[in-house]
Amino acid sequence: MPARLEVDRVSKSFGGVAANVGISFDVRDGEILGLIGPNGAGKTSLFNSIAGAVVPDAGEIRLDGERISGLPQEECALRGIARTFQVVRSFDSMTVLENVMVGAFARHGRARPAMTKALEVLDFTGLAGRADTQAYSLSPAEKRRLEVARALATEPRLLLLDEMLTGLTPTEAQSGVALIRAVRDRGITIIMVEHVMEILLPLIDRAVVLNLGRVLTIGLPQEVVRNPEVIRAYLGDRYAAA
Amino acid sequence: MHPADTGIVRRRRRELLVAAVVLVVLAVLPLPIHDTYTRNLIIITILFAGLAQAWNILGGYCGQISLGHALYFGVGAYVSALLLTRLNVPPGLGMLAGGAVAAAAALLVGWPCFRLSGHYYAIATVVVGEIGFLLFLNWDFVGGDAGINIPYVRGLGESWLYMQFRTDKLPYHVFALGFAAVTWLAAWLIEGSRWGFVWRAVKDDPLAARSLAVRVFPSKMAAAAISGFLTGMGGAIYAQYVGYIDPDSVMSGQLSILIPLPAVLGGVGTLWGPLVGAVVLIPLSEVSRSYLGGSGSGVDLMIYGGLIVLVALLRPQGLSSLLPSFGKARDARAT
Repeated sequence: MPARLEVDRVSKSFGGVAANVGISFDVRDGEILGLIGPNGAGKTSLFNSIAGAVVPDAGEIRLDGERISGLPQEECALRGIARTFQVVRSFDSMTVLENVMVGAFARHGRARPAMTKALEVLDFTGLAGRADTQAYSLSPAEKRRLEVARALATEPRLLLLDEMLTGLTPTEAQSGVALIRAVRDRGITIIMVEHVMEILLPLIDRAVVLNLGRVLTIGLPQEVVRNPEVIRAYLGDRYAAA
Repeated sequence: MHPADTGIVRRRRRELLVAAVVLVVLAVLPLPIHDTYTRNLIIITILFAGLAQAWNILGGYCGQISLGHALYFGVGAYVSALLLTRLNVPPGLGMLAGGAVAAAAALLVGWPCFRLSGHYYAIATVVVGEIGFLLFLNWDFVGGDAGINIPYVRGLGESWLYMQFRTDKLPYHVFALGFAAVTWLAAWLIEGSRWGFVWRAVKDDPLAARSLAVRVFPSKMAAAAISGFLTGMGGAIYAQYVGYIDPDSVMSGQLSILIPLPAVLGGVGTLWGPLVGAVVLIPLSEVSRSYLGGSGSGVDLMIYGGLIVLVALLRPQGLSSLLPSFGKARDARAT
């Protein structure tokens, strides 16, 4: 059985700047994979390639053995890839329920089943009480949840979370962690980009470390943070020796 | 929570009920009024409420600000008028043909223009509208600058199919109201369907919409086709009503502003904005013109323009947000 997601020698440049160079790794079914690296390492670029927002210059991305790189983003979403955004993008003219219904309409043509699905997802993400609130009036933490809810409503196989826990209070971040675990327990594979290491490391099964557009190392979270290469990338040569 | 318990469902039911009441009120409104001037004013107001709603479907719900809707209005007017004068097709049917051709025109315009976004799209529609105007002005087959006189078909007498009535304005009131009701119902149905959700997502954030499997370009095209169809129908009704059309009266750039104005003033992307906006705007422009316009100094236009600016400054979300039972903000805490 092929891995849920295979990233196979993916390269992407933007106007001469190489954002990703020959990146390869697999994501196993039901896994939470952390994508880490210093600023400018190419994490969000890689996310955009996987989600279908951009087409890689070279290499291939496969979902359950089927090539998805090169497909339009809408098609990738229909095949089961959902995502959240680094900067929250809610539909601000709509209520919370309506926001999530947009996601549910990916699988349901009619409003009733879409609403039923959306309400179920709102219940799961703890936003049921806010269903009829306008999306713009949510708190930052609630908006992050709304993005997850909207993504889940498309019934994905793979969920990409881009800095979902960044900028939250410790309490909010902890409940975010609980939500991510619950999502995984539904059988959804997760790739997450995150900077807050003390939250990320206990949560993820494996980490892929990027630096300057390349894969630095792949491994268990405890291993990669002790890797001298990783410490050097983050903190410089002086600390790597210590 | 059962789906039926959510605010959306209750709001939609209430809106349908309010619409039925409004429809009845507007239907009997001209009965006690006998002077032609006022009846004409009511008909034009209702017609523009419908036109603004037709524009609102593309501009309000899908967020594609078109400033060239006079093209679709004019195409609808010309097609129905030409079908009558050249082929003797009754305007009752010609109206549908006019709508269909206008929808085709909207798709044709959308094909290149929807690749632009935001202001660039709006500017492109202005240009396309002007091209249409000049084309019809110089096209002899459609009467050029002389326009088309819609003839009185002899021996037919009163005919609903031919939209022909000797002196009575009342039947045109029925047509205008029927048209406005159809546009409202279209908007209401869209609001509750997959299209309405998807279009609003396209308006709010196309990038996020795409990540949720929304096909942005086809969504815009569908909205344009429906908006164009309804606007063309409105143009056909207008042509039969006034009995004479030329590019200046049905395709001018000024008309492209007048069509969206009630929706903008009343509330873009709302069910009631176009009607509320038209009820305030059209009588206001008529009254200020008849009382102040005679001097030729343009005072009426200054007052008219000033009022629009005032509303835009004080109530940017539109006049309909002043009506508590129609607004959407209240539903935020409805559950």
